[in-house]
Amino acid sequence: MKTFRIGGFHGKDYKLTGDRAIEQMPVPDKVVIFLSQHIGAPAVCNVAKGDKVNVGTLIGKAGGFVSANIHSSVSGTVVSVDPVADGSGIKKPAVTIEVEGDQWEEGIDRSENLIPECNLDSKEIIDKISDAGIVGMGGATFPTQVKLSIPPGSKAECLIVNGVECEPYLTADHRVMLEKSDEILVGCKIVMKALGVDTCYIGIEENKKDAIKLLSSKADGGISIVPLRMRYPQGGEKQLIDAVINRQVPSGGLPIATGAVVQNIGTIFAIYEAVQKNKPLVERIVTVTGCYVSNPKNLKVRIGTSISELIAAVGGEPDNTAKVINGGPMMGRAMSNVEAPVTKGTSGILMLSARDTVREKEQACISCAKCVSACPMGLEPYLLYKLSYRRLYPDMESEKVTDCIECGCCAYTCPAHLPLLDYIRVGKAETMKIIKSRQIKK
Amino acid sequence: MRVISPSPHLHGPLSTEILMRDVVIALVPAFIFTVVTGGLQALFVTLVSVASCMLFEWLINSYFFHRPNSLTDWSAVITGTLLAFNLPQSIPLWIVVVGAAVAIGIAKMSYGGIGRNIFNPALVGRVFLLISFPVQMTTFPVQADAYSGATPLQFFKFVPNAASMTPDNYLMDLFIGFVPGSMGEISALLLLLGGLYLIIRKVITWHIPVFTLGTIFVFTGILWLINPEIYANPLFHILAGGAILGSVFMATDYVTSPMNVRGQIIYAIGIGVITVLIRVWGSYPEGMSFAILIMNAATPLINKYIHPKRFA
Repeated sequence: MKTFRIGGFHGKDYKLTGDRAIEQMPVPDKVVIFLSQHIGAPAVCNVAKGDKVNVGTLIGKAGGFVSANIHSSVSGTVVSVDPVADGSGIKKPAVTIEVEGDQWEEGIDRSENLIPECNLDSKEIIDKISDAGIVGMGGATFPTQVKLSIPPGSKAECLIVNGVECEPYLTADHRVMLEKSDEILVGCKIVMKALGVDTCYIGIEENKKDAIKLLSSKADGGISIVPLRMRYPQGGEKQLIDAVINRQVPSGGLPIATGAVVQNIGTIFAIYEAVQKNKPLVERIVTVTGCYVSNPKNLKVRIGTSISELIAAVGGEPDNTAKVINGGPMMGRAMSNVEAPVTKGTSGILMLSARDTVREKEQACISCAKCVSACPMGLEPYLLYKLSYRRLYPDMESEKVTDCIECGCCAYTCPAHLPLLDYIRVGKAETMKIIKSRQIKK
Repeated sequence: MRVISPSPHLHGPLSTEILMRDVVIALVPAFIFTVVTGGLQALFVTLVSVASCMLFEWLINSYFFHRPNSLTDWSAVITGTLLAFNLPQSIPLWIVVVGAAVAIGIAKMSYGGIGRNIFNPALVGRVFLLISFPVQMTTFPVQADAYSGATPLQFFKFVPNAASMTPDNYLMDLFIGFVPGSMGEISALLLLLGGLYLIIRKVITWHIPVFTLGTIFVFTGILWLINPEIYANPLFHILAGGAILGSVFMATDYVTSPMNVRGQIIYAIGIGVITVLIRVWGSYPEGMSFAILIMNAATPLINKYIHPKRFA
């Protein structure tokens, strides 16, 4: 079975909610919608306090080429356009809306009917995706229309759909593949048309056998399912391209250099809804889970719903919770403020106990080289750690720190419990600053 | 109270203690065999060696560095066991204590303790004793009736035409362990079993043992093909002396071996070549410990110039 070439690890996957159907969360009383839920420029707010909005009303317009539209996820009255604290407690520009009823914008098809045919051309599809404010929903939140606009000089040869979901605990993509398989396949065909390619691979790890079986039985027209051996971080874009078509994104290069465009399963479903049903990105699936959570679930929630409401919906925060994480345990962010809202990139809310997550005391590096064999980018984490510790940033640049994808395999593996990635991250940021200032000088 | 820290939020099952303990477990079968065939003397040597290694580490930590003791990481136990395995079981016990003092005090703690040493501590202890007490270090009790008190390698080094004098079941005896030698030189079979355990438990990878033994086999095989009257059978070179103990347990020491597979292969080939050079043309019958120490010295250089295979 296929997998990526180097590094990574196979650990317990803790998929507690893989067999739990997606549940619709009730519309909340109030939502907070951030104007920057994506990589790139924040959206520009085009509503004011007191304005009435419907579900799907544009409330923030893309603020540049790399940016995304923001829509209201509820109907009601805008009560504030002041900044609100995010999960880390940092205040960010946001629109707060008090809910009245559930009135949707005209033209949005909310029925469950499958619309298999799409007669739009490539540009029309990309425009519709852009209008709907779709971003990469695996967590990276890169604006999708930018990713689908192939830069001049490059050529897309295939679409790779990311159904890997290699982060432990998360099952949102798994459930979408099972419950929305037809929509996913139509979505793939729409994106293939937008890119002008004939081939599409859906990469799925073998711990989701039911999804592999279901999609394989339905796939046609150039779409094939690629079962992958279970290994973290297979959902990383570079690792997935390597695993599926055995091509490597060059150091410092873009994925399109391999001829592949990667889209997440959740994004494909959002694209289907945007193009076929005129539905902007106002909802998403969030896995709310943890070993001690009484009733972990996959919830379909409106963007802007407070995370504390999601936690309440699974039976509340267990008493032994030490960390509430936005995302998966390997790359998610620990939150200090659970009143923060769900954004387009919230794939999971994870509650970990102290025993599972508190770091052990650091010991001396014994040069066991386990971090070197765990690094999926072929870097030397122990060396980058030491260089960062000594602030030797130019040396970090020549040791390719900018290739680091921050997957956390090094720190996960380290028997001496060294916080390898913490140091590497700091060193990487400093190195990036040096590279940027050098470019400005030129 | 919520904990806030950067990702990753999970940690794998590995810890220094688990890795080190596995090495000790892997040495147990060979140890039991030595005690059963060699008697209580072997047990005393090992106990004294382990206890004095632990004692010196504790003393230096407590009264010199003024820091908490590090005995729970099992590394002093490994050094003690490996040092004992490198000694003849008839050695006076006070010499064992001297060896432990050198291994822990000079080779390990003077660099700052675990993870910071350049040379394998147990081997530094052994070589120090070999040079300081050559008689005690090279006198072995007779174990099986067929051979004199000389080890197989000594026999080959110092007896002319040795190649034509060896009995038929010689290699089998070497493999199972009915020959004189240092404690850990004795049973090739059980040492290999321990190595297999370490590889299965992913404590070590196969690269260093296989490339070290492979190099010894190929190099001595070429010599043997050239003239089997003078040079020993390559299988003999693999099974005799410290080749297996060295390549499985000493050359794979994390701290003193290179940090990536490419470097480890260069390092292992270096050990193999130097071992054969010393065994065949040097003045000592066994060259494994010198070879490993020389390649330990080359390890920082290997780490500087040999990088792992990058993703792209």
